[in-house]
Parts: sequence; structure tokens; C-alpha cells
Amino acid sequence: MSEPVIKCQSVYKIFGANAERMLKEANGNVDAKTFQDNGCIVGVNNASFEVSKGEMLVVMGLSGSGKSTLLRCISRLTDATGGKIFIEGQDLLNLNNKELIDLRRNKMGMVFQSFALLPHKTVLENIAFPLQIKGIKTEDSINKAMDMVKLVGLDGRENYFPRELSGGQQQRVGIARSLAVEPDIWFLDEPFSALDPLIRKEMQDEFLRLQEKLQKTIMFITHDFDEALKLADRIAIMKDGIIEQLDTPANIVLNPATEYVRKFTEEVPREKVLLIKDVMDETTSSDIGDLKVSKDEIIENVAEKILTQEKTVAVIDGKNNVVGSINPAKIINTVFGGRKNNN
Amino acid sequence: MEVLKKYPKLFQWLFLLIVFFALCFAIDVPETYKFIRGQAEFVKDPNQSAFVFLGKEVRYYAFDVFWRLPPLLGWLPIWINDSLFFLMNDWMPMEFWNEDTQEYKTRPLVLQITRNLTAFMTFLIELIREILLGGLETIVAFTSWDWIDANPWAELPGLPWTIVAAGSAILAYKLGGKGLAIYALLSMTYISIFGQWKPSMQTLSFILVAAPLSFIFGLGLGVAAFKSKRVEKALYPILLVMQTMPQYAVLVPALVLFGVGDHAAVIITMIVAVPPMILLTLLGLRAVPPEVIEAGRMSGCNNWQLMSKVLIPTARRDILIGVNQVIMVCFSMAVISAFIGAKGLGFNLLLALNQLNIGLALEAGLCISLIAILLDKMSLAWANKQVDYFGNLNFFQRNKNSLFFGVVVIVGILLAYFGSIYFKGGYNYLFEVPHNKGISTAGFWNKGVDWIFDTFFVYIKAFNTWLIVDVLQPMRALYLRMPAIATLVLVVGAGYLIGGVRSALVVCGLTLFIALSPWWDRALVTTYMATFGVIVSCIIGFTVGTLCFQNKHSTNFMLNVCDIFQTFPSFVYLIPVMMLFGITDTSVLIAVIVYATIPATRYTIEGLRSVPAGLHDAATMSGVTKFQRLFKIEFPLAFPHMMLGLNQTIVFALFMVIIGAFIGTEDLGQYILKALSDKKGAGIGLTLGICVAFIGLIFDNLIRTWVGKRKKHLGID
Repeated sequence: MSEPVIKCQSVYKIFGANAERMLKEANGNVDAKTFQDNGCIVGVNNASFEVSKGEMLVVMGLSGSGKSTLLRCISRLTDATGGKIFIEGQDLLNLNNKELIDLRRNKMGMVFQSFALLPHKTVLENIAFPLQIKGIKTEDSINKAMDMVKLVGLDGRENYFPRELSGGQQQRVGIARSLAVEPDIWFLDEPFSALDPLIRKEMQDEFLRLQEKLQKTIMFITHDFDEALKLADRIAIMKDGIIEQLDTPANIVLNPATEYVRKFTEEVPREKVLLIKDVMDETTSSDIGDLKVSKDEIIENVAEKILTQEKTVAVIDGKNNVVGSINPAKIINTVFGGRKNNN
Repeated sequence: MEVLKKYPKLFQWLFLLIVFFALCFAIDVPETYKFIRGQAEFVKDPNQSAFVFLGKEVRYYAFDVFWRLPPLLGWLPIWINDSLFFLMNDWMPMEFWNEDTQEYKTRPLVLQITRNLTAFMTFLIELIREILLGGLETIVAFTSWDWIDANPWAELPGLPWTIVAAGSAILAYKLGGKGLAIYALLSMTYISIFGQWKPSMQTLSFILVAAPLSFIFGLGLGVAAFKSKRVEKALYPILLVMQTMPQYAVLVPALVLFGVGDHAAVIITMIVAVPPMILLTLLGLRAVPPEVIEAGRMSGCNNWQLMSKVLIPTARRDILIGVNQVIMVCFSMAVISAFIGAKGLGFNLLLALNQLNIGLALEAGLCISLIAILLDKMSLAWANKQVDYFGNLNFFQRNKNSLFFGVVVIVGILLAYFGSIYFKGGYNYLFEVPHNKGISTAGFWNKGVDWIFDTFFVYIKAFNTWLIVDVLQPMRALYLRMPAIATLVLVVGAGYLIGGVRSALVVCGLTLFIALSPWWDRALVTTYMATFGVIVSCIIGFTVGTLCFQNKHSTNFMLNVCDIFQTFPSFVYLIPVMMLFGITDTSVLIAVIVYATIPATRYTIEGLRSVPAGLHDAATMSGVTKFQRLFKIEFPLAFPHMMLGLNQTIVFALFMVIIGAFIGTEDLGQYILKALSDKKGAGIGLTLGICVAFIGLIFDNLIRTWVGKRKKHLGID
């Protein structure tokens, strides 16, 4: 496997006057309570993870869980108090101001919850802004920005001011702006949280479409567990600055690591989240019927078909090879079972 | 005991008052005490005590320390004065090249700096003045008198008034639309026809120099304060004092440093106008959402790009409101600066008031008000204007205003040319209506004033006598009867009850400064006048505000009235009151009341309006009557904001009381006025100004602390 694009090694962010000294004295054993008594607030507590190229990591947590702080450490909008962060092998915390600006101008893009558009610039000028900051000629930057306008489907509105657009449209501008410099790494800080539910769903689908096309390395922050399940390759669930669990959506739903994570998974409709491959038996039994289902199918889509079968159903991969099997009892167990011990 | 537990604060206040009155009655007035005491340091009298500090001798009449504290700070004004003189005349003499005499000359550094600054300002003012009115000083500055004698054509002709009037209308149209354009055109035409063109343009040129310079400095310092906590901390006390310092008091030191004239006035205006600009810049930059800043950073902005392309444009509106403030302060300073010889409308107004020519004063005052409203509305329109996008427009659409102005210039020049043929020999009225050669209504107004006096003299006199004898004199006597120690206990106690030890220490320091200065009695008189004004203003303001709030239209109407009245420079208020009440304390107090009622009314309305609509609905659904709603819900919630109004009312009242010295009062203001004509007045003027500022700050501190606590308690903002 190649070098991870983002790599964090026990990152800490502690707010307060003596944060650094206290962190040193704590010797890697940070207790939020003790820190709070000494006037410090722990934002991120010992976060270690990697994000590889083209992967989407969704960081999920309620407000105050430190998820935004973590993102700001990695984009170095705030300086982490301790630990190491590598961006494509570069030690982020050791970059000087000029190198940091270079990195942001070429490698990073960020989308904000409140859109954060410049009120005095038009849609086109807003999108061209990072390019112009970089020093690209006005004409080139406008052309590039125009491409971005088309990419996010705002053609015809490029001369509007942000105040004249709806929330969803404003966020499209935000997305276009963050993509204008063609960054490798894409940070999204609760991009859809300020939108209405219907618009939010529409934007999520749009976002997935874009990602399919662009294949960026993404860190996506949200407080919405359903959104995380829908979008993520992997999910990190945070509480009080600590990453409680970092795993694929299926594993989180099936095997919640802590009580806190389990509370989130309880209400999740599993049939909508889990794929066949997540629940199938890897062994192929002899007693197999004629029906075959793909391993990448969502359970909900094929459940009815499987449940009408008497026999075990074969699971195939993309090349039509049988890789496992699944029986109706397993489906019923997945959807309805495994919860009574929780109640 | 139960009651005591229920209302502990109430009993603490009662206790404080009891102590205060006990002290007042326990300490007798010394038999030798006389009110006029402030001049002690100038008059030699064997009864005086004296002490020497830092080589300055301070003479004063000694009393029991409980009754009046000795002026231990009496050396301060003298010391400031001597230091200033030393700086100006003796400190760091250096060789400077003199253009006129073509030789090196020894001059003190500060003097040279101030003279250079002065020359620069004079040049700027002259330049703009000559563009508007014509003249040759600017050309001479670049060449020489001999050259201009040889080439008389080079004298700047000045713009015909038609062009300036039309130009301002076009600018007004661009900024604020048709209504403002019509207003601009009408008021400019009025000014011209009534023969006030020259002084108006002089005032305008003054503002056109002072306002941009103040803007640049204010913005720069505001940005610096935003970037560095240390700069902000250093600036904060200065900003605070400057906000409560009467503008009139800073004139005095300016006189010493920069001499008499427009240039000195511009420099001093900058000192007064920069603080509000700094505050609003800071406010605007602080209000930029953190995510916008982060977006800028993530776009790869360096610090300079972040400031110039993200922060300042996003804070545009607040910064432009700052520009509005700067212009208004510059304007009121332009009027007050007449005291140190600035030309223009203020000078004419001062002259007319000195001659008691109310008609002329009224005309000048009207012009001042017209220009003030115009400048205010134009700069506000600019602040509220949204950026236009020009991408889809062609050249003519984009530049229609400038093109139109070009046409206006040509037409104006042609008109002026025809005028020079038509009005042969006389004044060219299409070029400029000379001062006092226009239509004048002064005679009419003067007759009107005479008529009022003839008709109502008895009533006015009776009212006047009643007010002075039955209200003002006793009140003043009461204030002066307070022993210093009792006042101190009252103020410090109030500070402690409201804001704890910290507040108590702050107000104690401020009060002690005044008490230890040689002008405690005068300060008491100032306070008494301000108190009277504030009480009446608040009663009027709160009542009018509450009544107007009952209806949406009257609310808006009243706010507009407040807006307009607030734009008038304080000096203008003296005209009508002098017209009616002549030169008495009553005049000053009425001017104070009128002026200070503005913030009282405005804050009452704003406070009531800030009560959330949800609460309104909730109250209505609980079935309250109108009165219940007003007293149970709206007043308690609006009260903190109304108290901020009280704070403003106090500051306004103090300003007016000080300016009232021009009519003739016996308080600190009169001493400031005296210091203006005193060669050694700089230190005295400055110290007096600080005293007035401190009176304001004492109340400011108490009210703000209380409001802050109350708002926290109520959970608003």
C-alpha cells in the first residue's frame, strides 16, 4: 500500500493558557476532567488514523465532540498542541508560513457549514478567488471558475451575489470554490448541516456523483449518523475529543465498539446500510438454489427475493464467481434480530 | 428581617444614602468658604496656603479636608503647560534649511515638526478650497509670487456653483437615488442663492481634508488593534477618554502646538474623529464570521491578502458607518473650530452669535444643518449600498454618471461664461453668489425675535425668574453644599454596590482626580447643570419614546427625527434658545435638554423594539392588557438598553453644558473658554477637558457595569 495521504499520530488539541506544559506533564495520559479543573479544555484527545488516497473518511460526532477541531488541526487552521500530522509525507506542523500557504494553494480545499462566501464578490468571483490569490491571470482564473460553475450546475447564475442565492446554491458555490484549485485533499466541515432535509439529500447525491468523478481524498465532518453511513468509506465516531471507533459503516453497525456508538446504531435500519457481503457466509453450502445475488447489493433491494426462496441463495462477485451464500433466516436475523439483548 | 433578606440590595443602597446624608449634615460649611475659588493660583492673597511640587507653586484656600480636598494636583496643568512650552521652544534644537532666507536656522525639533505638519495641512486645505472657490496660493506654492505676477492666467478659476450643485446631485443620485439627489440639488441651490456659498465651501474643503485623513488613520489603527491585543490595550483608555471628552476642550492644546487657523483645526479634528473610526473598524472586523476568515486562509491568502481582500471588504458596511461617523465629527468640529480661527460657516455663526444677530446666525445655522443632513444621508447611503455588478453593461451604461457629470461641467462653464456677459460690471451670479450678497432673511428673523421679545417678554421673564430662583439656584446650592468626603463616599459606595471592588476603585480614582484638581467646585456646577438636563431629558425622552412606540409609523417618524437632530453640530442648538431666552442659564439648560433628549428618546424606542416578538405574542396570549404588557414585559426587558440611552444622554448633556459656556455659565466650560484666550491655557484646557471626561466616565462605568450584569441576568445578548 502506498503512503497514506493524511496521517495523524496521537494528535492533541488543548485550549487554555498552560496547555502545552500540562500536556507534557500528563505523559500521554490526558484526562479531560483534570485538565478542566486547571482551566484547560481538551478539544482533541490522542487521535491517530490514516486516510489513503481516494478514500472518504467521515468524522461523526455531536456538537462539542471535537470533530471540527480535529479538522482544523489537519488543515492547520489551528495548531495542534501535540502529536504529528503528515500530509503526503510532509510534516505539517513543521511547515513555515510560506510552505503552508503553498500547500493550501495547491493541495487543499475546504467547504464550510455556513458557506463562508465573500459577500462582496459574485458567484464567479468567489469561485475564482483562490485562483486569483494564487496569482493566476484573471482571464484564466475566470475560465477555470466557469468550468467549476458548470460542474456544480450553477450555469446562468455566475453573476449573482451570494445574498441572491438559496442555501443549497450557496453551498454549491462553496464546493466549487474549494475545488477550483484542483486540490488532492478535500475537507468538508458539516457542508450540508445548514440545509433543509430535502435539499440536503439532493446535495448528498450530488456530492457522491462528484466524488465518483473526482476521486479526491476526503475528510468529511458531520453530526448526522445517517449521512455518515450514506457517504463514508470509513467512519470515525468522536466523543469528548476521543475517537471512539474508526471502521467501515457495516462494521460499526454490526459491531459497535462502545456503549456510546451502540446508541447511534440502535435506530439504524440495517437493511438499508448493510450489503450482502457484510452478512453472508463465506462458505458455500451444497444446498444452493438457482437464485444468485451480487455481494455488493444492499440487503433491502434483494431481501424480498431471498425471503421467498426455500433454499440458501448463492452470492456472486462482479465476475459471476460464487463467493459465498446466504439463507433467508440470516436476512431475518440481520433485520430483526440482534437487538433484543440491547433493550 | 424577612424584608431585609428579600431585598438585600435595597437595604445596602438605603444604608449608603443614610451615610451620605449623615456626612452632609455632620460637616458644616466653613465660614470662609466662598464659591469662586478656582483662580486661587493666579491671585495672591495672604490667606492662601501654598505648596511647591516639581518646582511649580500651587496656591489655594485651605479648608478642612472633609469639606474640600486640597488641590494636590494643582501643579499638573502648570506642569503640562511648561512641558509643552519646553518641548516647543527649547527641546532638541537642530539645524534646518530655510527656503525663504536660503540659510540654516536653528529650531527646536518639535516646533519644526509641527510647522511642517501645519504647512502640509495648509497646502491641502488651500488646494481643495481653490478648486472649489478659485485662488492662487496653490500655484504660488509650486512657483513663486513673481511667476504668478508674470502669468496671471494661471490663477485657479474655481468651479462655478452650478457645477458643484449638479455634481453633488449626481453623486447623491448614484449613492442614494432620486430623493437624495433632489435634496442635494435643493440645499446646494439654497446655499448659493442665500449667499452662503463661500463659507459653505470653506467648511466643505475643511471636511474634505480632515475626513479622508481621519479615515486612513482610523482604519490603520483599527486594523492594528484587531491584529494585536497589545495595541488594542494601549488604545483602549485613550478611546474611552476621547469619547467623553468635550470636543471643545481639545482645541486648547492644539492652539499651542499648531497655532491659529484651519490647519490647526484639521489636525485637532483628526484627533477627535479617529477614535470612532477605530472603534467601528474594530467592531466590523470582529463581526466577520470566523468561517469566512478560515475560507480565506484555506484559499491560501497571506496576511496582507486576508486583510485587504477578505476582512475589510466583508466588514465594509461597519467601516463605512465609521466613515459616516468621521464625517459627522469632522463637520461638528469644523463648526466648533471657529474658536481657533477656522474659516467657514462656523466662523460666521460665531460672529453672528457674538453680535447677537440671531437672523444671521439662523441662516448660517440652517446652512450647517442642510449640509450636515446631506453629508450624513450620503455617507449612510454609501454604507448601505450593495455592490453592483457591471459585467453585463456596456461602456455608456457603466459610466453614465461620470459622462453626465462631464456634460454638467461643460454646461456649467458655458453658463458661467454667459453670466459674465449678462451681469456685466456686477457680480456674476451664475459663477458665484458673493457672501451676503444673496437673498437674506436675516432682517425678517431679527424682527421676529424682536416681536417675540416684545410680546412674550413678561412670560418668558417670569418663567426664567421662576426657574432660576426656585429650581436652579437651590439645586446648585445643594450640590455645592456637599462635602467632598460625602460625595466620594456616595460615588465609591455606588461603585461597590454595582460592580464590586473593581468598579469602586475605578470610580474612586476618577473622582479623586477631579477632587484634587483646583476645580472641584466648578465640576460640581457642571454636574448640577448636567443632572438637571439629564433628568428633564430622560422624563421627556422616555415618555415620548414610549408613546411613539405604540404605533409603527410614529416609531419610524420619531427615529427619523432623532437621526436628523443628531446630525446637527451641537453649537447650532444655541441659536434658537438664545433667540428666545437671551443670555441666561435657562438658555443653556434648554439647549442641553433639547440636545440630550435625542439619545434618551432613541434608546427608549430601540430598547422597546428589541423585545423579542415571541414574548410579545406569548404575553398577548396570556391575556395581558396593553398597560400590563408595557409594565410587566416591555419595560423590564428594555430597561438595560434604556440605561445605555441614559449613558449617552449624560455624555450629550455634558457636551452641551460645556459649550454653553459660550453663553455664559460658571462651570468648567467657562474655564475652558478662558483657557482658549490664555497664552498659558494649554495645560489648563487639557486638564479641564480630562475632568469633564472623567465626570462622564464615572457614570459610564457605573451604568455599563450595571447594564452588563443585568443583561447577563436576563440572558439577553
